Parts: sequence; C-alpha cells; structure tokens
Amino acid sequence: MALLASLSIVAAACGDDEKDTSSSAAAQTTVAAAVEETTAETEETTADTVAPTDTTAGETDYMWTPNAGVLAGAEGQVNIVAWPGYIEDGSTAPESDWVTPFESITSCEVNVKLGATSDEMVQLMQSGEYDGVSASGDATNRLMAGGEIVALDLADFTSYADVFEGLKNKVWNSLDGEPMGIPHGRGANVLVYNTEAFPDGLDSWSAMWDGGTAADGVVSVYDSPIYIADAAVWLMATQPDLGITNPYSLDQTQFDAAIALLEGQKALAGQYWSDYTVQAGSLVDGTVLAGTTWQVVANFAASEGAKIETTKPKEGATGWSDTWMLSSQASNPNCMKLWMDWISSPLANAQATEYFGEAPSNSKSCALTADPDHCTKFHAENESYWEDVWYWTTATEECIDGRTDATCVPYTEWVNAWSSLRA
Amino acid sequence: MRTSLFSRVVLGLVTLGTLLFLYTPLWVVARLSFTKAKSVSWPARGWTLEWWREAWRTDGPRDALVNSLQVALAATAIALVLGTLAAFAMQRFTFFGRSSISFLWVLPIALPGIVTGIALQNTFSRTIDLWLFEFRVGFGFHSLVIAHATFCVVVAYNNVIARLRRSSPNLLEASADLGAHGTQTFRYVTFPLVRSALVAGGILAFALSFDEIVVTTFTSGSGFLTLPQWIYANFARPKSPAVVNVVATVVMVVSIPVAWLAQRLSDGGGEA
Amino acid sequence: MGECVELAPGLNPPNVAGEAFGPPQPVRVLNRLFRRRRRLALASVLSPPVFWMLFVYLGSLLLLVASAFFALDPDSQKPTTTFTTDNITDALTDSSAIRLFAQTVLIATIVTVTCVLIALPTAFFIAKIAPRWVRRGLMVSILLPLWAGYMVKTYAWRAMVSPAGGNQFAAAGRGGGGFLESVLGWTPGFSKTSVVIALVYLWLPFMVLPIYAGLERLPSSLLDAAGDLGAKPIRTFSSVIVPLLLPSIAAGSIFTFSLSLGDYILLRLVVDGKERVMFGELINSTLGAPNQPLAAAYTVWPLVMIILYLFAMKRAGAFDNL
Repeated sequence: MALLASLSIVAAACGDDEKDTSSSAAAQTTVAAAVEETTAETEETTADTVAPTDTTAGETDYMWTPNAGVLAGAEGQVNIVAWPGYIEDGSTAPESDWVTPFESITSCEVNVKLGATSDEMVQLMQSGEYDGVSASGDATNRLMAGGEIVALDLADFTSYADVFEGLKNKVWNSLDGEPMGIPHGRGANVLVYNTEAFPDGLDSWSAMWDGGTAADGVVSVYDSPIYIADAAVWLMATQPDLGITNPYSLDQTQFDAAIALLEGQKALAGQYWSDYTVQAGSLVDGTVLAGTTWQVVANFAASEGAKIETTKPKEGATGWSDTWMLSSQASNPNCMKLWMDWISSPLANAQATEYFGEAPSNSKSCALTADPDHCTKFHAENESYWEDVWYWTTATEECIDGRTDATCVPYTEWVNAWSSLRA
Repeated sequence: MRTSLFSRVVLGLVTLGTLLFLYTPLWVVARLSFTKAKSVSWPARGWTLEWWREAWRTDGPRDALVNSLQVALAATAIALVLGTLAAFAMQRFTFFGRSSISFLWVLPIALPGIVTGIALQNTFSRTIDLWLFEFRVGFGFHSLVIAHATFCVVVAYNNVIARLRRSSPNLLEASADLGAHGTQTFRYVTFPLVRSALVAGGILAFALSFDEIVVTTFTSGSGFLTLPQWIYANFARPKSPAVVNVVATVVMVVSIPVAWLAQRLSDGGGEA
Repeated sequence: MGECVELAPGLNPPNVAGEAFGPPQPVRVLNRLFRRRRRLALASVLSPPVFWMLFVYLGSLLLLVASAFFALDPDSQKPTTTFTTDNITDALTDSSAIRLFAQTVLIATIVTVTCVLIALPTAFFIAKIAPRWVRRGLMVSILLPLWAGYMVKTYAWRAMVSPAGGNQFAAAGRGGGGFLESVLGWTPGFSKTSVVIALVYLWLPFMVLPIYAGLERLPSSLLDAAGDLGAKPIRTFSSVIVPLLLPSIAAGSIFTFSLSLGDYILLRLVVDGKERVMFGELINSTLGAPNQPLAAAYTVWPLVMIILYLFAMKRAGAFDNL
C-alpha cells in the first residue's frame, strides 16, 4: 500500500515532466525546480513509508526497494565492466562506498573490471564474460549493433521512473523506442591545468593545440581514437569554414584536417593517458601541466596535493552520457538488474556521481548530494550548459548531422588513423 | 687457466656491479613499503608499518595470492607429468620427426606472451563442435591452468632430459639383468634418478606460473585475479601503491629459501 | 623399458612362487605389453604431451592465424564470416607497423647483446674464479630477482627512472622524481633508454643461468691446455671459451630476445604512453580497438620472426643447452 502511494506520487511528478519536455531550456529549468519541490515532499513520504521495512541497510536509508521478483532470483554475484570510480567499495576512500550496502541488501557480490576506454569496454563485453557495463555513447551503438546487450523490461526497475526525462530514449541508449539501458550520470571532458604554471587561469583549449605556453611538451592527451572528436571541436571554433557541425560527423576533408591537427599536437604532448591513475600521478608530480581529463581524476589528484584547476573551455568540449546496460550473455542477469536499479536510485546515484564529479541521472539525487551545490556545479538541470558538450558517439558512414550529400568517416577508420598517429 | 690478479679484480667488480644493478630496484621497493608518505616517489620518508597492516587487512592481495598458488600448483603438476613423459620419449627412443618435435616444447615459451595469450583466448572463447558433442572451454581457473601448464612443460622437460642425458643407460640394463620388470625398474631405479630433476623443474615451473602476467591477462575469467594481475590492476590506485610494495617485498623474502633450494637441487644433480 | 635382457622366454621370476611374489597382475600385463611392443610404449609415453601441444597449442596458433582472414563488421566491430585478405595485407604492408617492428627487433637485439656482455664476465667470475663455497650463494643471488616477479620489477623501475617535475609545479613533497633522479641528479626518464635498461634488468638472470651452466661443464684442463700452448687469457677467452659457450649463449638469447620482442606491459609503466615503442603495444591496442582479425594478422610478424630465430638457435645448439 505504502509502496503504491509513493510510486503514484513519483508518477505524478514525472507526468508533469513529460508534458514539458518539448519546451525550451528556460522552461525546463522551471520544471526542474518544480520537480525539486515535489521531490522534497516525495522524499519525506517515501522515507516514512520505506524506512520501517528497509532495515537491512543499516543507519542509512537508501530509499530503494528492489523489485521483489528480481531480488528473489539474485544469483549471488555480478561481474561488471565499469569506468574507474563508478563502483566504489570503500577501498579507495573509506567514505565512498556504495557497494557494501548493495551487497548486504541483495547478497550479490560485486566484481568490477575497470575499462580505461570505450573500445576496451566493447572488447570486454564481446567476450561474453561479463554481466553488464557502464557504457558511454560511443560504446553503446557498437554493443547494440553487435547484440551484446538486451533491451530492458522497465517493470524490473524501480528507479527508472526518477531518471531525468532529458536522458531517456536517446539515440545512444535506446533502439526503436525501447530502452536499452538505464542512464547514469553525464559529464564533460574538462581541461585541467596547473595553477602555478597558469596563475591567471585558462578558459580555452589553445594551450593544447596552439602551444606557446608553459605547458609545451607536457600536455596530457586522452589515448583513444575518440579524441579525434576533440580535435574536431577545436576546428569548429577555429576553422569554421570547414563546416563541421558535429564533431562525430566528419567527412574526409574534415577528418583529414583533424588528423593534421593531432599530428601537430604531438610536439606539445608529453603523455597519452588511458590509465587515469597515471595521469593523476603526473599531475601531482607536476610532470603534466595541462590536459584533458575527467573531474574524478582531477579530484583524486587534488586530494594528493596537486595544484590544479579544471574548466570547460569556451570552445566547448566532448563529453559523455553513460548508460548501464545488461549483457545478452549475462550469467547473473538478476544481480545485474539489481545493480542497475540500485545505482540509479536517489542516494546511490547521488553518491556515485558526486564522487566522480558528474551530473546525476536521478532527479531526486540533487537533494541528496553532500555538497548542496553539486547539481548546480555540474549543471544537472541546466540544459544550456550541455549545448556545447558533444557526448561520445560512434561515428558512422551515415553522417550523424544528417547530411545526405556526403559520406562520413566511420569509427573503424578513426581507429586506424589513431593507430598510425600513435605509432 | 691462469688469470692475472688484475683481471680477477675487474671481473669481480663487474660481478659486484651486476649484483648491485639487480638489487637496487628491489631494495627501493622494499624501502618504500615502509615509507610514511602516501606516494611512492623517492626518497622514502620515515618508517611505518601502516602499509603492512593495510596489506594484511585487505582481501585483495590475499585472495590473489591464494589464486596464484592454486593455479601454479595445478599447472606445475600437469607440466611435470607431460614434461617427464616427453623427456623420456625423446631420450629413450628414436623415431621419425624427433628433432622437429623438440621444437614443440619450446614454442610456448619462446613465442611472445601476447601471441600465446591471444591464440589461447581465441580458442577458449569458441564453441568447439565435435560431431558427438560440443564444448566451450571458457574462462576461469581451468583456462588459466591449461595456459600455464602449456608453457611450463618445457621447464620440466629440460630438467628431466638433462638428468636423463647425464645418467648412464647401464643402470637400467643392470636393473633388467637383475630381473626387474619395466615398472619395477621405473620405481626403484629410474624414478629416484630423476626425482631431484623433477623437484627442481617443478620449482622453476611453479615460479614461472606464479609470476606470469601476459598470458594470464588473456586467459583468466572475470573476478579471478592472480597476484601479478592484482599488482598490475592496483599499482597506481590510491593507497594501493604502498600496499603493492609490501606485497612485492613479501614475495621477494619468501622466495629466498625456495630459490636456494632450487639451485641446490640443480647443482646437486650436476655433481652426480 | 629400453633393451631389456630376457633370461629366457618363460623363465621370468613371478610365476614361480605364486601370486604373492612380484608385481600385481595388471602391472605384469602392462610390463609384458610394453616389453614386446616398443612402439606402443613409445606412443603411450609420447602421446599425451604431443597431443596437448598439438591440439591445445599449435591448434590455437593455427586458429589465430586463420582468424586473420575474416572481415570485421564495422557497426558492431565483431568478426564476420566473410573471407578477406585485407587484414593480412594491411598488417604486412603498413609502413608504420613495419617501422615499429623493426624498432622492436632492434631493441630486442640490443637487450640481448647487453645481457650477453654483462652475463659473460659475471658468469665467468662465478664459475671459474670465485671460490667454491661462495659459488652457490652467488648464483642464488643472481637468480633471486627472478622470483621477485615481473610486475614487481617493472614497477620498481618506474620508481627508479621517474623524472622530476618542475618543483614549483609539483605538490608538496612530490615531484622529486624517482631514485635515480634524487640520487644521481639525472635519469633517462620515460624513454626508450629506460625501456632497454629495464628489459636488460628483467631478463639478465635468464642469460646468466645457461652461460654459467655451460662454463661449469667446461673442464678447467681445457683452459689450462690453451694456456700451456701459449695463449694469453684473452686469446683463450675468444678462441676457446666463447665458441664453446655459443650454444649456451644461444639458449639464453632465446629468452632475452623473445621476451623482449613481445613485451608491452613494461611500456605502460616506463614510457608513460608518449609514443609507441614496441610491437606488442600495437597488437594489444588493435585487439582492444576491438579488431581481433587485424590483431591476429599483426601477430604473424613476431610469429615468423621467432620461428626463424628458433631455427637459427637450434643450429647453434641451443636446444641441448636449455
């Protein structure tokens, strides 16, 4: 009864959202604010109704009631491919642990396989040895095309309803209108710089492309073919006559220009990173003075004493919108579904995305972050911020920007080009 | 050979230099396992047992250690059996294609680990269709054991065949002359002869399997980490670098008596 | 086994005093079986290891090379069943791959030669000059680092060669660089030089061991004879010792060369990902692209190289000296 009550309130709140999804950004902000108010009320109601039954979580109420049917079929363990920092069990930082409560509620032991790049994740999922993955948009399409993952039955998930509407049913996480995964957070690939080397701060990517700064020869570049899109973003701002409208939608001329730019960058680069801890170490040691990074890496380096700041430069940036997906060859599908539901539930999502430094996907998480300004800082409800953030997407021959008069360079060519570049 | 004092001194210094070269990095790692600083840059500061306590508390390295031991033991056992059989066959019989077969044993260890790893991974991931039934090797403890045993065979083979070459065939003839059967000869004459070679080969094979990382990466299953894999996955993660140092130091220290034993056995056989 | 001399047919001991005497019946049956049929004995001894090697290992290698002939589906990046020679052609003709392979072979050769140059005098000292009682201790000391483990030693080298960051840019107490930087004020840093040094470090014991074994087998009388015939020690060394040691050196080089040829993990820790140094990295990153068929095609390079190398070493007698 109580469950029904809380669900209906949540459904009502979401109903409001749906009506306004098509309106402008401003309207969306108002809606988001309205959602926040209803969230506050919902929170109290669910807390009252759920807390007495949810005793296994200990002192904290995670506001999550798993689907009983799925819980009954829990297999006892789950093997997940994830971005570093997404699945923390307290071994990195004792207060960052959203695995232990999950394990005690569901008895699903979590085994994480870290992926450093989307390519690595696709390859791992192809082996069929894992139950699920936290895939960015440039991995999801390949996984969907290859049949590595399955569509979701939303009835299994109690948290999906609370996810921001703006993240649902997107090109990268749905197929023919069917949801293929549950959105996690979203973020931008930010520019990190050393505050001693750049005391006035930076607001542009030019240190990484034009050079002529203290960071010459010591910039840190993300070692993945998807970084070609970052070159394209720079070209969008500096060479508008190339006509690039989407950094993943490059015809041969535009692509060649991006590669030429990357060749030139080699003289400025001191490091091509895929292992985030290596970049973090270099930031702390001062052997890297500027680079592309994820907020979590900067946070980690800062906690070790690195003198750094991050920013999203004015030219825009690439970014990601991640989705939890279920493997078609999962040996522990129920535990995976439980995990997906868990990590999208309000408190867990708040903790995970706050730790990583990204905007949460659950609309209720904003009220639950330890830093009350987290959602503002990460623009969770500010759609205008995301207008110049280009989520990682798989480049295809069919131009993503909709052009029919040109063929775009597919991702397999990106891989070859990157390989030659790095050789 | 008469060597001058000068050349003796020079050679001695070279040897000393070699030893210094070999041990300095190891000592750096050991020293760093006691550092007070969280980072692992030099110079190490202070002395503390905190990382040792941490390593003891953490499940990761302990589980990985157990996994490594299990895999190494199983792989060594299989390698010893196969290697001994191979050595006997090569030494005691002459047959067509003998010299080409000697190639076979060396190949797994001579080919770069990544080639062996990818090849085995490719095979293990496929469903093999024999007309009566089909099976898929898959990944897990068993795939690791198969992979490790494959490149450990040559180690056992080398040790046993070296011993067989050194031992006189007359012993076996004498045993037969005295009326012993094939199996009796094996049990009372041949086996004791090669026993120490088996132990030496076994120890070396164990070390090889315990330490292997490349082929392991390609043939292990999810959730099953061997110690080298654990180190690789954790060497730069927060807190873990210092724990890695502790783990490394422990491995080094524990292996001293084992290395001594292995060398003694190989030597002892030589004197026979 | 082997040439068993029979006393006389039918006069073999067991049956005289009845069942209790001699090995149990099944064993006797086996004995008889194998004594008469040498081929069967050979086959049963040889077949398990050969079977294992052939099917498990060689079979996997052939399967791998075969998988290179299939095209990759561009949308899902999985191998299809479409036959194509494109992968092999790409792998064998791509200029950057060829250059990388050549560089890798060069590094492996430098590592091998350096190992020989260090191992020869060291092993000679231990085998011929050091007093007996210290010999075992020295050999154990040389071999002990082998037990420390590849990952440990690779990581140790990172701690050794890390360059110092600009000190005002580094966090407090950090940026001092690795061991070499703090102690010598200089470090090869994250570069090819460090790669070579680290590889030499890793594989040196593999070279010392066979050379030492070879030297041990060298009778001192031989060396004395050379001296008696008027040869200076250097001459003895180059004309007598080294040629006799060639098989041992060849045996050791199999390890140092092939282990260096395929390495890619060391590079992640010691080169900091600035440039691709070794061919193994190319194979690994292609596999991770994911592009399994192309990665399989690339493996043809080290495969052929090592097989040729093994043939050469076999001629040098290495196989009797492993």
